[in-house]
Amino acid sequence: MTKIHKLLIANRGEIAVRIARAAQELGLQTVAVVSDADTSSLVAQMADEVVNIGPAHPAKSYLNADAILRAASETGATMVHPGYGFLSENAAFARRVTQAGLIFVGPSAETIECMGNKSVARETARRAGVPTVPGSTGTVGDLETAVAVAAVVGYPIMIKASAGGGGRGIRVAKDEVELRQFMPLAQGEARAAFGDDAVYLERFIATARHIEVQVLGDGKNVIHCYERECSLQRRRQKIVEEAPSPTLSQHTREALCESAVRLAAAVGYCGAGTLEFLYDDESGEFFFIEMNTRIQVEHPVSELVTGVDLVREMLRIAMGEPLRYRQDQIFLKGAAIECRLNAEDPERNFMPSPGKLSALHWPGGPGVRVDSHVYAGYTIPPFYDSLLAKLIVWDEDRASAIRRMQRALAETRIEGVHSTIALHQALLADPSVKSGHFHTGYLEQWMAQRAAAKAQALLPDLTAH
Amino acid sequence: MSEILSPLPGTFYMRPAPDAPNYKQVGDSVAIDEVIGLVEVMKMFNEVRSEVSGKVVRYAVENEDPVEAGQLLLVIE
Repeated sequence: MTKIHKLLIANRGEIAVRIARAAQELGLQTVAVVSDADTSSLVAQMADEVVNIGPAHPAKSYLNADAILRAASETGATMVHPGYGFLSENAAFARRVTQAGLIFVGPSAETIECMGNKSVARETARRAGVPTVPGSTGTVGDLETAVAVAAVVGYPIMIKASAGGGGRGIRVAKDEVELRQFMPLAQGEARAAFGDDAVYLERFIATARHIEVQVLGDGKNVIHCYERECSLQRRRQKIVEEAPSPTLSQHTREALCESAVRLAAAVGYCGAGTLEFLYDDESGEFFFIEMNTRIQVEHPVSELVTGVDLVREMLRIAMGEPLRYRQDQIFLKGAAIECRLNAEDPERNFMPSPGKLSALHWPGGPGVRVDSHVYAGYTIPPFYDSLLAKLIVWDEDRASAIRRMQRALAETRIEGVHSTIALHQALLADPSVKSGHFHTGYLEQWMAQRAAAKAQALLPDLTAH
Repeated sequence: MSEILSPLPGTFYMRPAPDAPNYKQVGDSVAIDEVIGLVEVMKMFNEVRSEVSGKVVRYAVENEDPVEAGQLLLVIE
């Protein structure tokens, strides 16, 4: 007899709703855990049981492993789905869930640890024959070694402080003359800024795209559900995602997806995961950057182009079922786009806009999907992220999908709070976006140009006097 | 006596980072435009500055407390 499972959803917002939907379709009992700020949330209304796990502050509720495990024990939950963010990539939490005799919906704590460490993940990739961004092996201490490495890697090359991060401690040398000039400067800057003069070299990719591959594994076999293009970002936050990528040739697509499967298989991957790559539009090369061992925000675009319900498959795999698909049963069909609608005011530097939704109307019709946790009359709390909804469309091809998204955006009514709808409308009308020509820096350049053009238009006409 | 109110709804922080000292303690003097705390709204941190000078008499909220727009944060004399 199959065991009847009860799933605790250790998250909030739209992903908690998404998980509850998949669980209900599988006939699982559900437990929602909520903070004081989320007692009237949509998932709290959908779930069979609701447990308050603490105050609004995430550290006291959604990041509080003790409170979550206590809720699991009190309700007799047998499985825990971590969603994304919060504890989803916390190996210690995964281990505690397992040690409590429950199923963690995701890979093992060991896999989370292995792929969460950038240098271990990079080394694992290298051993699996998956390309990583070309550069020095470890740090470079002297100038002549740096020049030798650059001769192999090619110019322009980045000199990066080992102890740096978030874009700090980076210099770009366009040739050997600059490398000889910048190397000592970069070492000095690294020492001054981070107390450590260790630097390493990495190829500078001027127009990189962020392309990621969705995989599913059951611990024995791994398949991919093709790639997502996520290059339209603001401050490293994805704004629009699509599948498939408009830039890849069929040959490159197959090579990229096979690489991802090879790497996931190398770690015996179990569950849904995403391998992120940088893609160099000029050379056509792709390089592995990191793996996310969880479901991602933008997973619906992959679901729409392959017909695979990723969250439901995650749950089935966690319950011990083998993968239900072979790779030759996964077909890429049409094009899907996701717009992240945030409660922010794009006219005022994306100022967060929490508050009560006085009126709400979602778009409908063919090929339109809305993943959201908000409803008319709901008050968006100020304590968490600003994601209001994910608007996702599918159509036969990319141009049709963009038109369908424009139609869906125009149908959407969100009143009471500011939203980023107008930004999406303008972005999807941009000729470069429409033709699929962009990179990870494109959206910020585009916004800066629009701001400059607007400022120009507002200048008083002095010549009239 | 002057009251400093939260300009926004969100989470109030008395210090710039978890391991840093508080911006102000009771009894500290405060200058005009000096930062007295942070309010986090949807992961964006906003500095709260004093519009007056004086001494901190009391805090009306604790570190990491949820606050409403217009809620009393601290009293300055």
